[in-house]
Amino acid sequence: MIKIENLTKYYGPVLAVDSVSFEVSKGEVVGFLGPNAAGKTTTMRVITCYLRPTSGTVSVAGYDIHNHPVEVRRRIGYLPENCPLYPEMNVVDYLNYIAKLRQVPAAERPRRVKEMIGITGLEDVLWKDIGELSKGFRQRVGLAQSMVHDPDILIFDEPTAGLDPNQIVEIRQLIREIGREKTIILSTHILPEVSATCDRVLIINDARLVASGTTDELVSRAKGADVVTAEIRGPEEEVYQALRKADFVDEFRKIKEGPEEDGAWLTLEIESTGDIREKLFRLVVEKNWSMRELKLEKMSLEEVFAKLTTS
Amino acid sequence: MKNIITIARKEFRTYFESPIAYIFITAFLLLVNFLYLWTFFLVGQADMRSFFGFMPFVFLFLVPSITMRLWAEERKMGTLEVLLTLPVQEKEVVLGKFIASFVFLLVMLALTFNIPLLVGFLGDPDWGMIICGYLGCLLMGASYLAIGLFASALSDNQIVAFILAIAICTAMLIVGEWFFLILVPDVFVPFFNYLGLGTHFESMGRGVIDTRDLLYYISVIGVFLYLNVYTVENRNWV
Repeated sequence: MIKIENLTKYYGPVLAVDSVSFEVSKGEVVGFLGPNAAGKTTTMRVITCYLRPTSGTVSVAGYDIHNHPVEVRRRIGYLPENCPLYPEMNVVDYLNYIAKLRQVPAAERPRRVKEMIGITGLEDVLWKDIGELSKGFRQRVGLAQSMVHDPDILIFDEPTAGLDPNQIVEIRQLIREIGREKTIILSTHILPEVSATCDRVLIINDARLVASGTTDELVSRAKGADVVTAEIRGPEEEVYQALRKADFVDEFRKIKEGPEEDGAWLTLEIESTGDIREKLFRLVVEKNWSMRELKLEKMSLEEVFAKLTTS
Repeated sequence: MKNIITIARKEFRTYFESPIAYIFITAFLLLVNFLYLWTFFLVGQADMRSFFGFMPFVFLFLVPSITMRLWAEERKMGTLEVLLTLPVQEKEVVLGKFIASFVFLLVMLALTFNIPLLVGFLGDPDWGMIICGYLGCLLMGASYLAIGLFASALSDNQIVAFILAIAICTAMLIVGEWFFLILVPDVFVPFFNYLGLGTHFESMGRGVIDTRDLLYYISVIGVFLYLNVYTVENRNWV
């Protein structure tokens, strides 16, 4: 559906995107992740034909952005960052204006606009000027605007920025619903949003694409050894000796010593390859110690992100 | 073509969404009436020569303020990012905005109808000359509009766009005026005289329609609209 090859973009001397290549297939919801000023917005602006790339090619639904920009734009619905709208227009006029320019046939226009108003829940503010609307409603007008022509591809630049937690949940749900039938690229720097809405994640940092894959793939790729946290009660030195001898343990360290009430609990972080929880449990049983916590640490997307974007 | 009309209608309506347009038109009418009536009764001639005489200078400040908003505001607000990712061509947007500002100018000029009415009431003017003068006003105004619209695309600040437009218009105006022409070598005088925005207007204000003057204005409009399309198409705006 969308194919990007060696996309490079300079703003004057400033390199904003450095030979980025990726593909998005039909029906995929792709999250575009990266710190601020990493190049997310610029990449989106190139795909939507707002800016021309310095070099590289982008094709959308088989149309090249250089040769057929209007055909590309026809197939895309775009919600830019900060959701820019005309404050002096009211919601209905604005949606009609966009629908007209999006070449929605006149006969279908009222139906499409009405449908969008229903989907985005704008019924109560139809005749208000956009300038008077709250940020959440404005965002919905932006979403309605981007979908009024029923495009196959939707591109949302930080669709939940500046919304309150309830609105964020609503917008995410909306995106998930739309995502069932449409191809979506959305950018964000809020990580749970990606796990909540996207099939695949692209991480971009310092103008380069640093990782691509599903959330699980990225997590397993970014993490080194498996880490198990265990709380064990037993004679301290004996525990250490047994762990040092055990062939399934690569390394361990004490992170905390528990309260003394009923003997000291040792909280240990044990590194290994593979899941060793069962082996560890058997060892503890065999030695007749006690255990009250055993947990395999999962690396979160936050950690993956931090690891990939800070080295 | 449909897109051009859609954009032009929206832009034209936007003028009247805020009180600025009404204040602006009122100020224009007061100024023009004052300037005209100031000398009208002194001279005691039933014509509009003085009216068409000061128009190039009134337009110099008023017309750029009609166009300054058109690109700069959209760049600043970011709405251009929506507009230019719709399936429209850049030249359609340029023409749409130009037509909207032209219709606004037309309304403004039409509202000066009280002056020819007054002249017709008090005397027996040469109506051909007045119509010709108005046509000249429109052509010259449209040239200013094209320049102003181009200037507006060069900045995301309306004031900068306004001043830039005045600077370009002034430059185009004075190259044809006598106080500039006495400074240039004789061989260039006809060239600069032809280049001046006001030169062509003067003859129309006298009631003469010359195809060279029409061609001149149409060329100025065309060149600046083309430059505008070029600027927008090759944008590298952050």
